[in-house]
Amino acid sequence: MRERIECDVAIVGGGIVGGSAALFLRQAGLSVTLLERDWCGAKASGVNFGGVRRQGRPLEQLPLSQRAHAIWGRLPELLGTDAEYIRSGHLKLARSEPDLASLIDYRERSQGFGLGLEIITGEAFRRRWPALGDRAIGGSLCPEDGHANPRLVSPAFARAAAKLGAVVREQTPVDRVEKDGDRFVLLSGDVLEVRARVLLNTAGAWSRRVAEAFGEPVPLESLHPNMAVTEPLPRFLDVNIGVEGGGVYGRQVPRGNMVVGGGRGFALDADRARPQRDAVLTLMRDAAELFPQLRHAHVIRCWTGVEGYTPDRNPIVGPSRTTPGLFHAFGFSGAGFQIGPGVGQTLAELVTSGETPMPLEAFRIDRFPPTV
Amino acid sequence: MNEILPPVIVGAGPAGIRAAERLVAAGLRPVVVDEAARWGGQIYRQPPDGGFTRPKAALYGFEAGKADAVHRAMAAIRDRVDYRPRTLVWNCEAGALDLLSDGASETLPFSQLILATGATDRVLPFPGWTLPGVFTLGGSQVALKFQGCAVGRRVAFLGTGPLLYLVAYQYLKAGVEVAGVFDTTPFVAQARATAGMLRDPATLAKGLLFVGWLRAHGVPIHNGVRPVRAEGAERVEALAWRDASGQERRSPCDAVAFGLGLRSETQLADLAGCRFRFDEADRAWLPERDGAGRSSVPGVYLAGDGSGIAGADAAELAGERAALALLEDRGLPVEAARVKELDGRLARIAAFRRVLNAAFPFPTDWADAIADDTMICRCEGITAGAVREVARSGQAREMNRAKALTRAGMGRCQGRMCSATTAELLSRTLGTGPDGVGRLRAQPPIKPLPVSAGAERREVA
Repeated sequence: MRERIECDVAIVGGGIVGGSAALFLRQAGLSVTLLERDWCGAKASGVNFGGVRRQGRPLEQLPLSQRAHAIWGRLPELLGTDAEYIRSGHLKLARSEPDLASLIDYRERSQGFGLGLEIITGEAFRRRWPALGDRAIGGSLCPEDGHANPRLVSPAFARAAAKLGAVVREQTPVDRVEKDGDRFVLLSGDVLEVRARVLLNTAGAWSRRVAEAFGEPVPLESLHPNMAVTEPLPRFLDVNIGVEGGGVYGRQVPRGNMVVGGGRGFALDADRARPQRDAVLTLMRDAAELFPQLRHAHVIRCWTGVEGYTPDRNPIVGPSRTTPGLFHAFGFSGAGFQIGPGVGQTLAELVTSGETPMPLEAFRIDRFPPTV
Repeated sequence: MNEILPPVIVGAGPAGIRAAERLVAAGLRPVVVDEAARWGGQIYRQPPDGGFTRPKAALYGFEAGKADAVHRAMAAIRDRVDYRPRTLVWNCEAGALDLLSDGASETLPFSQLILATGATDRVLPFPGWTLPGVFTLGGSQVALKFQGCAVGRRVAFLGTGPLLYLVAYQYLKAGVEVAGVFDTTPFVAQARATAGMLRDPATLAKGLLFVGWLRAHGVPIHNGVRPVRAEGAERVEALAWRDASGQERRSPCDAVAFGLGLRSETQLADLAGCRFRFDEADRAWLPERDGAGRSSVPGVYLAGDGSGIAGADAAELAGERAALALLEDRGLPVEAARVKELDGRLARIAAFRRVLNAAFPFPTDWADAIADDTMICRCEGITAGAVREVARSGQAREMNRAKALTRAGMGRCQGRMCSATTAELLSRTLGTGPDGVGRLRAQPPIKPLPVSAGAERREVA
């Protein structure tokens, strides 16, 4: 016997974007059904590095990122947990003069977005972060950026939505999706049929199928950021660290473990990925070079996840160009965690009012040249 | 290219050594990788080199002859194997192992791999189990065999499994006072199973002798016991326990050795891509293997307790049997009569194993008695209550989800020590069978890896 659910909005994908959209839609009083093939927040939303960072994003993302920033400030109120979110500051290191010039340039260009970036160099830099020694000549600090525990934050959004009355179905893959008149029809095996006026495609690396079902093919590729965590160490680092030009990134959590990331894992199949030996060893080498405090520590765990990347590394966010009532939000290219709740709120806004003050032009789904 | 790679064996216990011996006899030069400094595995662990004079008879008791034979077998082929002691295998990926030795990492490609990774104690917590003075049974035995010391002056032995009586006997023989044997198995179950043990009179006689010896020396043996708590301020001062009639009692002691049988070390098989199945007898997910030791992955073979608990005698046979399968798959001749003999002996041990499992059943209700404030994951300091809560609230219905939400199994041991407990707590709270909550996914490194190894990469020899 197939269960049938009628609702205003169906959401495919229970990550931080889908989960937060569900929460904001419920706050607006719409009926919501969220379908998740795995567990909510178990994929890229839940296994990412945990950086809650606006600094360094392309300027076109900053309005959404600022909107998300305000939501992050209300986590306990929204989710009933702080999910280990700390506004520790995010420090982007410059290891050369050109890198420093590039950080200064970013600060200039991002004026007016409210990041409050501070460039700190030389003696002042060394005094403030003695633990970093002379491995950087300076850095750009975004004081209100920080980090959080993605394993806790991302599932909490879907849970909060459920608490407000959203129907949340985990272990429920969507096998077929189509439009029947003015209703979207989603089928999960012969178990469940959902009919909804609006459909949100927030399925992360698995979003392409939904987009294709409505004639919107996208060049989305799955990649697997490689991460590692050490045993707990004495506290030496109070900011979330990135490096201009890329490479290793790291944060130390209050209980002392150092989380570092860099390089890529490999796909086991379409759904699963695993850390890759060369990436793990290179990450350990680079991390120990940047943070000598790790030289005598052990890595206790490595992991990766499955994340959708676009060619220009900007996400796809906004209305479908083929199908009224369909909205996409995916392809965050390894940087969806911080911005996710801002995108969720924007989707809710688009659904309830049909418009949003957020500039989404750069994230149009039809911006890519047609591929063969 | 694959054809010229020598076979690789992980583990130099009874299974690994007998596998190596058979491969050497066929003219191959296997690589034998082992974490320990000397061969023998856990069961036949050798004391450190030099200055340790206890004879094998004292170290291994009844098993001295077998231990000696296994040690000699490896000594005899020592110069015909590429032996890598003190070497951790921390990863298996795309047809190659990653090794760590002397602080450096090295990648070792293989085309044929025998995993003889052994087992560790299976423990479920009870209140006070983190007090200094509480040890596992296996750990207590290693202290005796490897370090030549006892874990206490007056030791209580708690749990189930053949090791319970063996280690108590070994401690008594070593001159330690045994405060008692506290067996979780009801007396009736054991008496009933004893009849079945007549299939293997030698083992039965040995078991009766342990019990007889312990009784003759005034050691109280209690059946149907459940632990209440290990008591003490700074360290263990007594074991509080409940007897079969439900009455709480107290036995003074300065150490508790406990364990509920063994659990297989399966991480490498998982990383190698082997298919797993739930094994009712071991109450654990194990890599599938056929009678010869072939896993679901061509070229990967499984032998010994690392892929299902069957004991040291079976491990020796299974190691040789896996080597024969490997040779056959390599297109080399194998002696059919020997294959048949090994298969027959392994089948008999498997039958006896079923009897032994009946004699030492897993106490399925133990987990229910773990108090909510008892720490179950020592690496991360997670309580039983935290695991029960994510199950009860519907947030976690399987192991990996419970790990993500609570951190249980996220620390140094990567769940090797605590995942049996987490599985019991989850499945008992959810009302599923123990097979209903899945298993933790393995990730490299399977044991902690020094960060410095990243800068110390050795090229393949």
